[in-house]
Amino acid sequence: MIAEAGLAALWLAASLALLQLALAAIGLAGGKTELLSAVRPVAVAQGGLTAIAFALLIALFLRSDMSVLLVVTNSHSMKPWLYKFAGTWGNHEGSMLLWVTVMGVAGAAVALFERALRRETHMATLGGQAAISLGFYAFLLFASNPFARIDPPPADGQGLNPLLQDPGLAFHPPTLYLGYVGLSVAFSFAVGALLTRQVDAAFARAMRPWVLGAWILLTLGITAGSYWAYYELGWGGWWFWDPVENASLMPWLAATALLHSVTVLATRDALRAWTVMLAVIAFSMSMVGTFLVRSGILTSVHAFAVDPQRGTFILALLGVYIGGALALFGWRVGAVREGAPFELVSRETMLVVNNLLLSVILGLVLIGTLYPLMTEAFGHKVSVGAPYFDRIAGPVALTLMIVMILGPLTRWRRDRMREVTRRIAVPMAVGAIALVALAVLAWGKIGVLPFLGLVIALAVAVGSVAPLWKRNLRRTPLFTWGMVIAHLGCAVSLAGMACDSAFTVEKLVAARPGEVVETAGWTLRFKQILPLAGDNWTALQADMEASRDGGEPVLMHPQSRFFASPPTTTTEAALLTRWNGQLYVVLGQEADAGRWQLRIWWKPFVTLIWLGGFLIALGGAMALIGRERRGWLLKWRARKAEEAFA
Amino acid sequence: MRKLLIWLPLVLFLGFFGLFASGLLRPDDRIITSKLVGKPLPAFALPAAASDRPPLANMQLATGKPRLLNIFASWCVPCAAEAPQLMALKQAGVEIDAIAIRDARPDVDAFLKRYGNPYARIGLDARSEVQIALGSSGVPESFVIDGRGRIAYQHVGDIREDDVPMILNRLRSAK
Amino acid sequence: MKAKHQRLILAVVALVALITAGLLAASALKDEAAYFYAPGDVKAKGVEPGKPIRLGGMVVKGSLQKAPDGVTIHFDVTDGKATVPASFKGIAPDLFREGSGVVAEGAFDRSGTFQASNLLAKHDERYMPRELQGIQYDEKTYKMKAGQ
Repeated sequence: MIAEAGLAALWLAASLALLQLALAAIGLAGGKTELLSAVRPVAVAQGGLTAIAFALLIALFLRSDMSVLLVVTNSHSMKPWLYKFAGTWGNHEGSMLLWVTVMGVAGAAVALFERALRRETHMATLGGQAAISLGFYAFLLFASNPFARIDPPPADGQGLNPLLQDPGLAFHPPTLYLGYVGLSVAFSFAVGALLTRQVDAAFARAMRPWVLGAWILLTLGITAGSYWAYYELGWGGWWFWDPVENASLMPWLAATALLHSVTVLATRDALRAWTVMLAVIAFSMSMVGTFLVRSGILTSVHAFAVDPQRGTFILALLGVYIGGALALFGWRVGAVREGAPFELVSRETMLVVNNLLLSVILGLVLIGTLYPLMTEAFGHKVSVGAPYFDRIAGPVALTLMIVMILGPLTRWRRDRMREVTRRIAVPMAVGAIALVALAVLAWGKIGVLPFLGLVIALAVAVGSVAPLWKRNLRRTPLFTWGMVIAHLGCAVSLAGMACDSAFTVEKLVAARPGEVVETAGWTLRFKQILPLAGDNWTALQADMEASRDGGEPVLMHPQSRFFASPPTTTTEAALLTRWNGQLYVVLGQEADAGRWQLRIWWKPFVTLIWLGGFLIALGGAMALIGRERRGWLLKWRARKAEEAFA
Repeated sequence: MRKLLIWLPLVLFLGFFGLFASGLLRPDDRIITSKLVGKPLPAFALPAAASDRPPLANMQLATGKPRLLNIFASWCVPCAAEAPQLMALKQAGVEIDAIAIRDARPDVDAFLKRYGNPYARIGLDARSEVQIALGSSGVPESFVIDGRGRIAYQHVGDIREDDVPMILNRLRSAK
Repeated sequence: MKAKHQRLILAVVALVALITAGLLAASALKDEAAYFYAPGDVKAKGVEPGKPIRLGGMVVKGSLQKAPDGVTIHFDVTDGKATVPASFKGIAPDLFREGSGVVAEGAFDRSGTFQASNLLAKHDERYMPRELQGIQYDEKTYKMKAGQ
């Protein structure tokens, strides 16, 4: 019954989306404004129904209802409940249902909470959101029904990929998804504004919180995903430039650019066409990423079910939505008035440069990701990996970081070069000192990029807090704090990346139990190898004691785990976190009789990478809360004043 | 200039779109068609893989009536997904034999008990030798064998629900 | 006039930046994109030492040797047309074994041995690395044959 109810909710939601689109279209184009008042309730109902459908699918997974095909293929009654729960979206159909649910709920939120937007644009936006949702409803209902039954029902399910049985992976994809799909709101805003030709500062102020929200979640998702890959894959790296990772990075880059350009539009009413363009691109990148991951046209270590038919469906959606939005852009943007002018030395220019550099990185990542596809069309098989991306994106990103010092210290509209130079003097001095000190200490020992990375990270760290200089900290608005924290997060993250690539010490040995391995000031005593059994796995575990400078030894347990169904081996790295770095131990295979392969890394300050990512998201959250609270306060004061006047 | 710039994103996107489409439409070279289609089966004689089914040799597939030869393994997840379709084919009167790849008898027995047993004979190919001789690259795969023991059709991957009528047609036309 | 002028500067800067980026990308791709080679291609076309490539083929049975240090392995990769020696230092993936398909990332050294920095073994029985499609390994004769 539950499955049927879920399917019914989905069909009903799809028909409401159609109704929502029709109401908005007829209301706006046909001038029947009385129809428009029905759009918002329909949007809310549609969002509610998708949420119900998703909740019902969760219920099916939690109850291990083996008459539902999706539960059979992705779950097992013996699994811990957390993974039953997470199994709901750990597969193609479930994740697509999550996709439309987020889209529907976001649409409902826009209908309920958006007050700043003009009415026509608001309605056009809701119509746009319904139009995008419709395509994904069709995809779900016709090509990937999550509620399909299986008859006769088997006794039990086929388990879940053991790689997915990990708390990190249970929750980082949905976070990422919330971000991806959250960008659909910005896309709909852009489409709505193009339709009503109302692209201005008020529009930007209305769009900003939605972009910010999606961007925060994307940031968190990418940070968590990077940490997951770091400890789960056991390769010691934190970013592999894999197509799946690039698919999440590209929307983030576009959203980051959008976040900055929307601020220019909101504050100074400039960059109108460009901001609309970016809003379209950001969600387009989400869809392209999903397509690349789902269609299997690019091979990746994070395997997903490859299905060309589904790929064709998503490709068609891509063509209709992105192509349609870009055509609308070309057709309508001529009618958008040019925004306000600004001087060459101004914060606007800095933000334009920021946007330009982010777009360049985005383009470079896109080209690198798709290059294998391009060459394959001509019969060559190539792979593009870290060497390309590091070499190409590294220098541009570092340039971007320098602009990050300049931007917040430059005034809106017009500034003087001399003034700006004076303000950036302290961060630049810190950078110069760091440059000299590092050059003396480590010249020739570390690569050029990590070297520059460390120097720039220090300069940015100082530069990012410089806007607070001589300000009353208690009266500084929360969103300014947000910007400071987010920029500081970038510096922290960059410092972590640079430290990791500059100072990591790696040791690869074959050792017998009882032997002692020394590396980077650590002493590791390899005590013994023990067999171990878990719920659905068996493992070999090494017992090791790590100590530093004669300190208290700490136990570490790297494992090599074997899962029976489906047969898979995973490495469980052992991590030991200290304030100044992480010790990372991986157990390999038996080298020969009695000797085991051990791979040990000492990674100084590597944790800063994810701490930085977290700070960036935190800064975003502070900015979001700060802006919303200020808007609310202003309204409240206005009402008070009105009452007092009356 | 501005006019051109405005349409540039659309043009770029159409370029990428074409690229994606060509990437998708390129024949999936993952599927390797056996050169043996139209040729007689290679000679083999395999021991029994299940405790309640007889062993399988190539001569037993030339019975004057088309048969289906299914390559499967108890450790293979898609094989379990394919089981209902095989049962449906059996119910439609198709005679099915099987080769279990790199398997062990208790595992095969457990697999058949759980997912149903549509097979007349099951041979055990412990080292994938017959599988390779057949030009098969993975499990599951199915071969339509005509009445004279020649391979009429090779189906790579699991037989899905939509494939069942096609398989029946192939069997009918194989004679 | 002023606004137009300043817009023009921005547009020119943007264009220059984009063209530079495009050229950089093209040159980096030329150097860093790792082309896929089967041992037969290596023999036919030749690969200069130090150039990053992906080498794909089957691990020849009986060729796998462990070095005394316990973490280096030597093996031969073949595609039926040619065989090249390779070595790898590190923890090999679990599914890496003799007679199985492998794609190795790395470069040839001066002696003609392929120094792999990373090994990508096939994940399961159904998975063939995209690059290895169309190649089959005959377990009886230990030879590779082209499938198509």
